[in-house]
Amino acid sequence: MNTAVTEARPLSPTATRGGFVRLARKYALQIAIVFVALLIWAFFVWRAPRTFLAYDIYNALMSTTPYFALMAIPLTLVVIAKEIDLSFSSIMAFGMAAFDVVFLLFSKTDPQLGVWLGFVACLLAGFLAGLLNGVIVVRLGIPSLVATLGTSFFWSGIVLVITNAQGLGLTPTKETLLYSILVGRIGGRIPAQFVWTIVFVIATWFLLNRTKFGAHVYLSGDNVESARLMGVDVARIKMLVFAITGLASAFAGFVVSLDVLFFWPTLGGGYLLNTLASVFLGGTSVFGGTGTVFGTFVASFIIAIINPGIVAAGWTAYWTQPIYGFIIVLSVSLQALLRRRLA
Amino acid sequence: MDNVLQMVNISKTFGEVTALRNVNFHVGSNEIVGLLGDNGAGKSTLVKIITGYHQPDPGGEIYWKGQKVERLSVARAREMGIEVVYQERALADLQCLWRNIFMGRELANRWGVLDLRAMRDETSKLMQTAMGFTSVAVTPDSIVGTFSGGERQGVAITRALYFQAELIILDEPTMGLSLSETKKCLDFVAGIKAAGKSAIFIDHNIVHVYPVADRIVVLDRGAVAGQFMKGELTFDELTDRLIRLARTGSFENNRPVA
Repeated sequence: MNTAVTEARPLSPTATRGGFVRLARKYALQIAIVFVALLIWAFFVWRAPRTFLAYDIYNALMSTTPYFALMAIPLTLVVIAKEIDLSFSSIMAFGMAAFDVVFLLFSKTDPQLGVWLGFVACLLAGFLAGLLNGVIVVRLGIPSLVATLGTSFFWSGIVLVITNAQGLGLTPTKETLLYSILVGRIGGRIPAQFVWTIVFVIATWFLLNRTKFGAHVYLSGDNVESARLMGVDVARIKMLVFAITGLASAFAGFVVSLDVLFFWPTLGGGYLLNTLASVFLGGTSVFGGTGTVFGTFVASFIIAIINPGIVAAGWTAYWTQPIYGFIIVLSVSLQALLRRRLA
Repeated sequence: MDNVLQMVNISKTFGEVTALRNVNFHVGSNEIVGLLGDNGAGKSTLVKIITGYHQPDPGGEIYWKGQKVERLSVARAREMGIEVVYQERALADLQCLWRNIFMGRELANRWGVLDLRAMRDETSKLMQTAMGFTSVAVTPDSIVGTFSGGERQGVAITRALYFQAELIILDEPTMGLSLSETKKCLDFVAGIKAAGKSAIFIDHNIVHVYPVADRIVVLDRGAVAGQFMKGELTFDELTDRLIRLARTGSFENNRPVA
């Protein structure tokens, strides 16, 4: 090891005293998003105390927020890697179309087996659809915005072709173990899908912050040229983040359908905007290289609380969409300003 | 002097553009080679072939310590002991210091789980011993984008040295640096020689290259225009020849430039 430069003084005790400030700076985004969440919650408690001081609203939030949070969490990886995916909402339905085909094959002979095999087919279809996004983006060099917009239309159309635009009742699945595991009530109160969302948060956080794969996701989004020069397999990383998002989208589609006991071929249509809003509001930079899973998780609940909050406060629910749009534009603008300051 | 790197008959074409034509190039053990050439001379392409980023056209051969190397990749080049310090683009600005030091070669167990403590500890040691960071405000978790140009270059060079590189390639390392930061950078290059390693020092500015190089190779329009040991030409003679090269396309003619 070369020591060409004169040795510096050891770090002084003031370094330790400054530890708290550094910690606060390091986690500034997470602290800010929690503060925003508390502020919004306090506002709604003030405006509609009967609704927001009762358990029912939180039960509803724990049931329905996972519908898109399960996709927003892995989508964070895609955005950190400086890509975007607009096809996840269509992949929700595509995964369920694969389930539909397999389930119907076994519905007469062994419905239980049909549910399990259909679930596997659903996940596999989601993974492959996500991987295809990655292959198109990486191997053909098509910008992900355009590529996934195209595949989004493609998978939505394929679902209608496969199902002939007919829905599928899933009441028979209610007696299965899979139903209890995925959307049952833990202790009779906590929706299982909320627990799955927590599992997703922990698993994705670990992947992003404690593995080589996660380190390379950050590097690929921050400085792709440098990452390549340093031997990071950027192509593999990008294909994997798309595949993971596809897999999670199919899983989310399965959870939604199981929870409402029906598969609508138009499934996913309403989740595009709030999923993207969760990622950007959570502090993940649209310019790549930074972002946290925790931020996305908290932001998804902020997004989820806005609609019932507006209604409970006595305003028209039509305000929801403009507010989502405003949140996306504001988050991205703040990121642009922060980036300019850093430069 | 044994060669650590020898490149024989290296050509590289991109579509209809020929970036390198039959280049023969070598670096001796504990030798600092200055690589000079104008924009488009082929310096960056040559570096990217040495580091495994580009493959040479068929017919070219690369030898590392006398052994022929087939299908050199970035990972293989780094394993062999070839490190590059690229200009400004070497670092990931939004990432912290320790992530930049271990970029692409993170310390991890067999399952790919990172050893964060080891990487932070190593970075902390390097900050005090090799990078010369004295400010308590800078920690292994500091974001690299907030560093000065000189500090950033120090990080990039330290990274190369940390991994026990045998051959360090410095691609325009003084670009955009202040005078004091340039001095520090040149001290780093001298340190490479003192540590018994080899280096290729690429720079537009011959004032920087000449004092630290043992041998100078001049590239022009994808070919080696000339090479000489430092003792064979004075700084002024080198300057004259480079001016002649730019005007006439010939490097070897020793007549004074009119």
